[in-house]
Amino acid sequence: MNTFISLSVYGLADGAILALAALGFVLIYKATRVINFAQGEFLLVGAYTFYTAFVLMGLPWILASVVGVIVAVALGVVVERFVLRPLIGEHAISVIMVTIGLSAVLKALVQMFYGTSVREQPKILPTQSVEVAGVTVPLNRLLVIVIAGVVLAAFTIFFRKSRHGIAMRAVADDQQAALTMGISVRRVFAMAWALAAVSALIAGVLLSDLSAVEQGIASFGLIVFPVVILGGLDSVPGTIVGGLTIGLLKQYVSGYADPGLAEVIPYVVLVGILLVRPYGIFGETRIERV
Amino acid sequence: MATATGIHHRSYKAELRLRHTKAEWARLALIFLGLFLAPYILNTYWLGIGNSILIAVIGAVGLNILVGFTGQISLGQGGFLAVGAYTSAILSTRAGLPVPVAVIVAVLATAVIGALFGLPALRLKGLYLAIATLASQEIIMFVVKRWGWLTEDKGYIEVPRLNLFGWQIERETFELQWYWILLPVTVLSVFAARNLFRTALGRSFMAVRDQDIAAEAIGVNLTRAKVTAFAVSSGFVGLSGALSAYYTETVTWERFSLDVSVLYLAMIIVGGLGSIAGSVYGAVFMMLLPALLTEAGDKVRDTAPFISEQLPAIKNAVFGLAIIAFLLVEPRGLDRIWSRIKDYIRFWPFRY
Repeated sequence: MNTFISLSVYGLADGAILALAALGFVLIYKATRVINFAQGEFLLVGAYTFYTAFVLMGLPWILASVVGVIVAVALGVVVERFVLRPLIGEHAISVIMVTIGLSAVLKALVQMFYGTSVREQPKILPTQSVEVAGVTVPLNRLLVIVIAGVVLAAFTIFFRKSRHGIAMRAVADDQQAALTMGISVRRVFAMAWALAAVSALIAGVLLSDLSAVEQGIASFGLIVFPVVILGGLDSVPGTIVGGLTIGLLKQYVSGYADPGLAEVIPYVVLVGILLVRPYGIFGETRIERV
Repeated sequence: MATATGIHHRSYKAELRLRHTKAEWARLALIFLGLFLAPYILNTYWLGIGNSILIAVIGAVGLNILVGFTGQISLGQGGFLAVGAYTSAILSTRAGLPVPVAVIVAVLATAVIGALFGLPALRLKGLYLAIATLASQEIIMFVVKRWGWLTEDKGYIEVPRLNLFGWQIERETFELQWYWILLPVTVLSVFAARNLFRTALGRSFMAVRDQDIAAEAIGVNLTRAKVTAFAVSSGFVGLSGALSAYYTETVTWERFSLDVSVLYLAMIIVGGLGSIAGSVYGAVFMMLLPALLTEAGDKVRDTAPFISEQLPAIKNAVFGLAIIAFLLVEPRGLDRIWSRIKDYIRFWPFRY
């Protein structure tokens, strides 16, 4: 029972970060129909920007977060404008490959500036443990769940209530209709990439606070795929369900069975979902015509 | 026949020929001349890179059959290379099969496994299929890493130096002997792939790529076309993997990771999707790029040491930039650039 609770807390914390990373992915796919293979590198860049501002420049963490957000927004907008926009309407393989190329470039840039060694960053979240249902669990994992929950809730409210959020949903629904209603699709595309970079920044910073700032953060980008396929490629609530499911599943498998198996189990789930219900739990089914 | 006003065919048979004009035959002859002279001009180091290119060409051709000609995006290249390499290595080291037989069995085995992992393609397409093949890559990697039986719990397979019917590869002439083994195999593979697209099967692949629903409406059996495309493509990839096992003489899982899948996709993007010649150009380009960068890094070691220190990162950055640049500037790759150059020369001094 004790193992179960602590595995659950670790799984939920992992899942919450996964959900944040997946949120950016889904935002981009929903608005622009682009599969972003560079999502993990967005996390990486976010984590290293925050590290630069917080540790190397010695700013307080609030200011460092502001710097992080500015850089993330700039990165998202630049990538959208100069890399993805020329490829609008191109075949899926081109779009996939350009994001793969982008991921190689971003990773190489981080490697050039910071090297490959692991960087320690002073912990922002408290590191002591608390007792939950008779089990001691680290407080920072619980806080990560809370923070991710708040951010995801904020994004959901943004989509439901704010002008820009509604414009984004309109574009995701039908680009031409949105254009005729006077919505700037270009601005929505830029915003989707910027918001995706911001949510990746949050995920990256949380991840580096739990462990350390290192190149391995980028590997989170691949595990996002099972999450979004499970939840549905274009569903925001799906990222939360998918993220938590995959996070818990990985922790349970590695706790009760075999840590190596935990690495591959999300992909087994992925194949299963694709064969049974390719559009995921909440995804929108599209009918294709000639 | 070729005249000043263009190429005119007088029979269907003439139109179906692979090469129509004298210039095309002359270029082919030049290429073969170059290939025959290469081992006597290049030193051992560059000949070794040439051998790796020959192996990569087979793999790139295989991937292009699937991605470029059939339109089924695959990120599972590394996994299929692994299947070919492991099968042939195990068959010839432990079952004691002669190498050619082991290679043929490996090709067939990879084709079967490719067809199996291609089954999701019957329900999925485009982005979803790409993600499904990503999963098959990860699953094959997991099996290869964790199944101790494959490597007898050593983590790697050591393949003895190749001995073809008493013709032993020697240490001194290693690269040269391998060149003469790999060259015919690669040329035959490229030739086979080129001819595949003159057959009904190959044409049905292209119909599936262009519009699968329309292809089905005109009588293409979608299931058959997609599964055979996966099988044929994986067969080529398996051959490439098997050859690499004998050439490098060790088989470890690190050489078949997702990065390898991406590298091969980059080859066919840079070379030109849906072009056999393009796969060759792309393989040459992507294999030469890191070698040339290393060379350049060595040149500036004394004048600009920081550049040679950053070489691994620079290689990654150049790799990514090359993909992005080709997609943005010339999405149809080196093959298209080459045909534009030919057009320019043919019509000179006119613009078109």
